[in-house]
Amino acid sequence: MPIALELIAVSKTFTMHLQGGLRLPVIAGVTFSVRAGECVVLTGRSGVGKSSVLKMIFGSYRCDAGQILLYNDGQRTDVANAPPRRMLALRRSTIGYVSQFLRAVPRVGTIDVVAEPLLGNGASREEVRSRAGDLLRRLNIPESLLNLPPATFSGGEQQRVNIARGFLPQLPVLLLDEPTASLDAANCAIVTSLIVEKKKRGTAIVAVVHDASVRDRIADSVVDLTNFAAAA
Amino acid sequence: MTVMTQMSTTINMPEMPGEEPLLIAQGLTRWYGRRIGCRNVSFDLYEGEVMAVVGESGSGKTTLLNLLSSQMEPSSGQVLYRMRDGVTRDLARMDEAERRLLARTDWGFVHQDPAMGLRMRISAGANVGERLMAIGWRHYGRIRDTGTNWLHQVEIDASRIDDIPMTYSGGMRQRLQIARNLVTQPRLILMDEPTGGLDVSVQARLLDLLRGLAADLALSVVVVTHDLAVARLLSHRIMVMKEGEVVETGLTDQVLDDPREPYTQLLVASILPP
Repeated sequence: MPIALELIAVSKTFTMHLQGGLRLPVIAGVTFSVRAGECVVLTGRSGVGKSSVLKMIFGSYRCDAGQILLYNDGQRTDVANAPPRRMLALRRSTIGYVSQFLRAVPRVGTIDVVAEPLLGNGASREEVRSRAGDLLRRLNIPESLLNLPPATFSGGEQQRVNIARGFLPQLPVLLLDEPTASLDAANCAIVTSLIVEKKKRGTAIVAVVHDASVRDRIADSVVDLTNFAAAA
Repeated sequence: MTVMTQMSTTINMPEMPGEEPLLIAQGLTRWYGRRIGCRNVSFDLYEGEVMAVVGESGSGKTTLLNLLSSQMEPSSGQVLYRMRDGVTRDLARMDEAERRLLARTDWGFVHQDPAMGLRMRISAGANVGERLMAIGWRHYGRIRDTGTNWLHQVEIDASRIDDIPMTYSGGMRQRLQIARNLVTQPRLILMDEPTGGLDVSVQARLLDLLRGLAADLALSVVVVTHDLAVARLLSHRIMVMKEGEVVETGLTDQVLDDPREPYTQLLVASILPP
């Protein structure tokens, strides 16, 4: 399978201007690649920079040095240098990100939160909502909650709404930040099988997961970020 | 300066080949005597893009909006706008009538104080209809139907169409101002603190409405706000201003989650958690 994502010598340092310009080097020289249909799991102790790497790939964090190459439709984009507009287009067409926490919009119902990323791509609102509903039901979100805004849901329910939102579009690259962290065993198994199905459909995945049994089921390779810890 | 170069580079996206920006600001500068209003502001805004301009009071945000909308003349620099016929023109080279027509049809301006954007003593329906009559609509039934439809879209009950805005709550007035702006199907909307002065629950409803309308109608929006939560909810991109100058630009989540400049870090760190 072709390479979908490639990181070459990626580094990140935070400069805290409010603390007198304190520099916090996080990682340096991170290099790995992911092929279509493959899952790379990032490991390392808490604070080593796992989430930071995911955020850099998604463009939420800036990349100080190195290249983050996304391949899609014969195009190669270096996320580290992509203009905002290009990055927004890539988020619609190529790369998805399931964060640890749901950032809900006030007043928007769960089913519409999940359907939103697919609207404006040509599909009808009704069809997209019906697919969003199916996925939410598969993730055991009670029928009675589907039209309520998720802000008041439990942590596990919010996480599953977040997963549904990230998994509904069929994107070539998916970034998962602890997708099963606050789920019980049954829901954890469902999410694990959703990830395995994504891989079968050719999605390249980079995931941060602490649960060893989940990691064993989804990982094709493991990148230990401890090896790329930046010297302070 | 590197940020500016990146902002003003024209990006030819494979998804939308050959598309030109709708609005281009080039080196916009405005002096108030010896005091600077805003200095050397440049950016491109494409169709369907929402850009937030953030910064504290006095940072030049409102001056910038007034320059963009031709309500004020720049000391130097220019504003280019792509007309409906596809030709990009320099606003300073248009005559007053042309600019007025543009402001009435292709642009919307949402003021912080709805009283500035509405006529407070004529009915809500007439407020919306007036923009249509200004561009030549004459058929009363059609004007009223279109007006009712827009009031419905901004969630104002049809039974209130004949009431004057004086009798509306702050949130309703703001929604009416939005309907009055959108009725001519403009492509560019400039907003100055659209949620300022509203209760939090009213703000949430308005933000949700604006967000939906901007996406559904593929509007290009420049929204000036000092509220970073508003910027996060509404915008794709952020431009941070301080003392009249642009200090940082980028994707909204990038600027808010990984602010680089000291001033932006200060702004982000100053948000009170709810």
